[in-house]
Amino acid sequence: LKKTLSLITTCLVLLTAKSKKTLAKPGVKNVVLVEGVRTPFLQSGTTYADLMPHDLARAALQGLLHRTGFPKEAVDYIVYGTVIQEVKTSNVAREAALGAGFSDRTPAHTVTMACISSNQAMTTAVGLIAAGQCDAVVAGGVEFMSDVPIRHSRKMRKTMLSLNKAKTLGARLSLLGSIRLAHLSPELPAVAEFSTAETMGHSADRLAAAFGVSRQEQDEFALRSHTLAKKAQDEGLLSDIVGFKVPGKDIVSKDNGIRPSTMEQMAKLKPAFVKPHGTVTAANSSYLTDGASAVLIMSEEKALAMGYKPKAYLRDFVYVSQDPKDQLLLGPTYATPKVLERSGLTLADIDVFEFHEAFAGQILANLKAMESDWFAQNCMGRKAKVGAPPLDKFNMWGGSLSLGHPFAATGCRLVTTVAHRLKKEGGQYGLVAACAAGGQGHAMVIEAYPQ
Amino acid sequence: MAGLRALGVLSRITVRHRYTLFSARTHVNYEVKGDVAVVRINDPTSKVNTLSVHMQKEMAEVLGEVWSNDAVKSAVLISSKPGCFIAGADINMIQACKSAEEVTYISQEGQKMFEKIEKSPKPIVAAINGSCLGGGLEFAIACQYRVATKSKKTVLGTPEVLLGLLPAAGGTQRLPKMVGLPSAFDMTLTGRNIRADKAKKMGLVHQLVDTLGPGLKGPEERTMEYLEEVAIECARGIVNKKIPLTKEKGMMQKVQDYVMSFPFVRNQIYNTVQKKVMKQTKGLYPAPLNIIDCVKSGVEQGSDAGYLAESQNFGKLAMTTESKALIGLYHGQVACKKNRFGVPEKEVKTLAILGAGLMGAGIAQVTVDKGIHTIMKDTTLEGLNRGHQQVYKGLNDKTKKKSITSFERDTTLSNLTGQLDYSGFQNADMVIEAVFEDIAIKHKVIKEVEAVIPPHCIFASNTSALPIKDIAAASKRPEKVIGMHYFSPVDKMQLLEIITTDKTSKDTTASAVAVGLKQGKIIIVVGDGPGFYTTRCLAPMLAEAVRVLQEGVDPKKLDSLTTGFGFPVGAATLADEVGIDVAAHVAEDLGKAFGPRLGGGNPELLKTMVEKGFKGRKTGKGCYVYQPGLKSKEVNMELNDILESFKLTPNPAVSSDSDVQYRLVSRFVNEAVMCLQEGILANPVEGDIGAVFGLGFPPCLGGPFRFVDTFGADKLVEKMRRFEDVYGNQFTPCPLLLDHAKDPSKKFHK
Repeated sequence: LKKTLSLITTCLVLLTAKSKKTLAKPGVKNVVLVEGVRTPFLQSGTTYADLMPHDLARAALQGLLHRTGFPKEAVDYIVYGTVIQEVKTSNVAREAALGAGFSDRTPAHTVTMACISSNQAMTTAVGLIAAGQCDAVVAGGVEFMSDVPIRHSRKMRKTMLSLNKAKTLGARLSLLGSIRLAHLSPELPAVAEFSTAETMGHSADRLAAAFGVSRQEQDEFALRSHTLAKKAQDEGLLSDIVGFKVPGKDIVSKDNGIRPSTMEQMAKLKPAFVKPHGTVTAANSSYLTDGASAVLIMSEEKALAMGYKPKAYLRDFVYVSQDPKDQLLLGPTYATPKVLERSGLTLADIDVFEFHEAFAGQILANLKAMESDWFAQNCMGRKAKVGAPPLDKFNMWGGSLSLGHPFAATGCRLVTTVAHRLKKEGGQYGLVAACAAGGQGHAMVIEAYPQ
Repeated sequence: MAGLRALGVLSRITVRHRYTLFSARTHVNYEVKGDVAVVRINDPTSKVNTLSVHMQKEMAEVLGEVWSNDAVKSAVLISSKPGCFIAGADINMIQACKSAEEVTYISQEGQKMFEKIEKSPKPIVAAINGSCLGGGLEFAIACQYRVATKSKKTVLGTPEVLLGLLPAAGGTQRLPKMVGLPSAFDMTLTGRNIRADKAKKMGLVHQLVDTLGPGLKGPEERTMEYLEEVAIECARGIVNKKIPLTKEKGMMQKVQDYVMSFPFVRNQIYNTVQKKVMKQTKGLYPAPLNIIDCVKSGVEQGSDAGYLAESQNFGKLAMTTESKALIGLYHGQVACKKNRFGVPEKEVKTLAILGAGLMGAGIAQVTVDKGIHTIMKDTTLEGLNRGHQQVYKGLNDKTKKKSITSFERDTTLSNLTGQLDYSGFQNADMVIEAVFEDIAIKHKVIKEVEAVIPPHCIFASNTSALPIKDIAAASKRPEKVIGMHYFSPVDKMQLLEIITTDKTSKDTTASAVAVGLKQGKIIIVVGDGPGFYTTRCLAPMLAEAVRVLQEGVDPKKLDSLTTGFGFPVGAATLADEVGIDVAAHVAEDLGKAFGPRLGGGNPELLKTMVEKGFKGRKTGKGCYVYQPGLKSKEVNMELNDILESFKLTPNPAVSSDSDVQYRLVSRFVNEAVMCLQEGILANPVEGDIGAVFGLGFPPCLGGPFRFVDTFGADKLVEKMRRFEDVYGNQFTPCPLLLDHAKDPSKKFHK
């Protein structure tokens, strides 16, 4: 009976016509995704440990060139995202592009917007093309958590800077003499939200509690993510990966963080942030990851003229922001209805959902928020809920929980995955949504390119 | 069989029927969730929960049922009110008692109930959100386990001492065991509120719960549910032995315990604390000494002696005039935190302040962090800079104390605009002027301001003595003009004196009161006249103080006489703080208005001091010499020459220490009563509140009016007559005071 029921529903879904045939707008250039690639995402401190961020970025950019065979000089512009900046390569976009053998005549800039940095890179590219400034833009993002800038304390920095200016030996010696033990304690990059001094995991735990998401639900969702990722990996669906020869080490060609466990194993873990009664654990959170991604975005006409078959149209997108304390990770809830309205679509029109999974608790809280009239009315100023995406269309090839989450590289992975899933599953519209530190969020509608 | 079953049903019905009959409980209820009983406290008649006779009775019933129900293994105690766990014992219950024995009995009942809870065979977890004070805290610490939310509203403390009482339901006995002697003394003797994070560190609560944002319900509602869920888990954990009730002691704790095991060390602590209390209270407040006594009895002679001392001392304290005075002030304070003029038509969203001096910046400081856009205007960049720095420092100090984050400090400051011109005044809803006390300048300012502000905007003057109607004379719309007299330092002094003229509209008053309440002030609304209420009471006392100085009493002696009477700040120090120039100015103005009655010392003395640059603390010299960085201050020796030239010969008949004290106080009190008589004051309550919170009238006396009630108007009049014989009409009792002296049944406070 269950089977027939689901069959009927599938038929019904297939029969229901989309509310719109295409999202092309008169007078607006069609922007397309030609190709998207990424390095394998590795847990930080593993095979990539001795690299630098621009090395990873280079690998993704080279992989893109290699896979598309795109002439380097035809790239008009490069936009790249990163979150934790390596101070030596503060404009990592430029360093990576030069290192990857792009033309030194192609300008490149770096953007940052926490976990939606590469989304910002892509939408910047879309804007450049739509405005007629460029025809072919490479966008992407890199995150390298195996090495992060750890600074001297402010006191020590001040002493060292004064030392530069000290003219006499006596002045230098007296400055050196002023160094105390306290000067030597290092300053780690902030893991906490600057405005609230709360770590993201702690906020996620509170968010899960606010929506009554249980530990069990979170563990189940994390297990689902890992199981689906494993399946996708085994079936060879993660075709956006380009192999990477790490100097002095083997060629890396697979993500290494996918590890389907059992509910019993996961239940043993202690909460990581809110102790002792919290629900967010290491197993139901995304982990520190190294990785880079890159996409080639073009105007449709130019792509076709150059003989490329685009993978998908990049359509409407929105950025949202809300209270960084209590609604830090609710970006998808706010962004989804907004982008659907812009496109004139309903939730039912979407065939493929790819949401960034920061924490299982965060995803489940977002799903509950989207299903709640109370939340829509009291917090979003909407008349009614928009509804939550059906799970059978949701992150079907794994997500950030299992594949890993190199902050600034995740956005391109989501968009490329939507394009690949639309093709594989025969859908027409896909939706990408993500949350980011600072209480911000993003969503984009993607339309399959006609076969 | 069927019959039997029917009988069973029937009996169940009757049982339930009877149950509902008996359990028409209104304040305490419970539900059983699995094996945990969730006991909810909710006083339906009030915004806060208090431990009343009724509440205690229902609590005893409910706990009895919990204990006898075999399905229940543990209990959670929680309030249904999001902002309040239990705010303390019902003060009216104590006030209603006629004798010390009755009060002692109340204490003993409380002790017994909490002892039962302490010895409960089933663990009880107190789930605390909001205020957990006094009896509420004593209740919580009798429970086996405490979980509290990190909400800013969650505060724990024993404020009984502030009412001249002591924690009398086991508080003086359990606290030392729980947090150690030093912390227990700190809590019970200062009565200060302790935030949740600090309480956790002290060992007062076991676990903290985060506050939640909006989810599927409102933030407060869901936070309460979450607290309950966590508390239930704790209760189960205790039953399952997963959560140990005895915490393993750290090294520091062990060392401390070892040190404390020597009677010598403990005695040293008692002595130190006792000395400190005596120094601060001058022995005028019995409660702190009694608290030390109770703690000592418990620790040294065992808990039986401790509990007995606690209940008996409590009974005694409740009958003291000091406690009655303090409770009176508490009630008055509550009354003065209400807006009896209704809701203003327009909420003040933008407030402009003229003058960025000490007062102007102080007003900005208490306004800007209440979400009101604040404009601070000065005439010079230096002045503006100084004012801005004052506001920044106030906020930054809060950041250092961790009561706000640096981020909150910055966002708050973004609400403050500093400027030299009148731009943006077209959006102001209220303008408060804090410019120099000169009627000509005030007139110039009011004209300039009225040219730029919108029609609904209120003009308030922060003058301390100039009559508002004189200032309003230059206004085109006197109905929008009002006086808002703040006290320095604005962020510390709780009082705001609002002055209305007969032209001030009711809505203007309502709006001024609303702003003051938002600023966290206790408000008295008084009629217009020279010096209004507070300045008018202070002036004769300061005039008398000047005479006392002229009669050869040195400033230090004068200070010790006034503080010995209960004033928190001595008269000479107060003059320095207010500013000798301001005092001289006020003395001259009020002298003109009221004639010789306000005289006393020679006003020329103050003027000479001002001429020499002895303007008080702000110039580094006044009655005392102030050196930056030095806390102790020395008498200004250069003052001696001036005093010498103004020397008067004291009359030995009225110059004993006690006489000097009463000369100072009686003039203050007489002027206060006269203000009531003339209708400047609306009622004696506001008079008491204004005197205590604005001028530092001894809190243990409860304010000038309560002082007259307690001391006896006849006795006061008798003293004044004696002074009158020597000094003349400055000591003539006013008619209203004489009325009270004639008829002892007449009291200002019922």
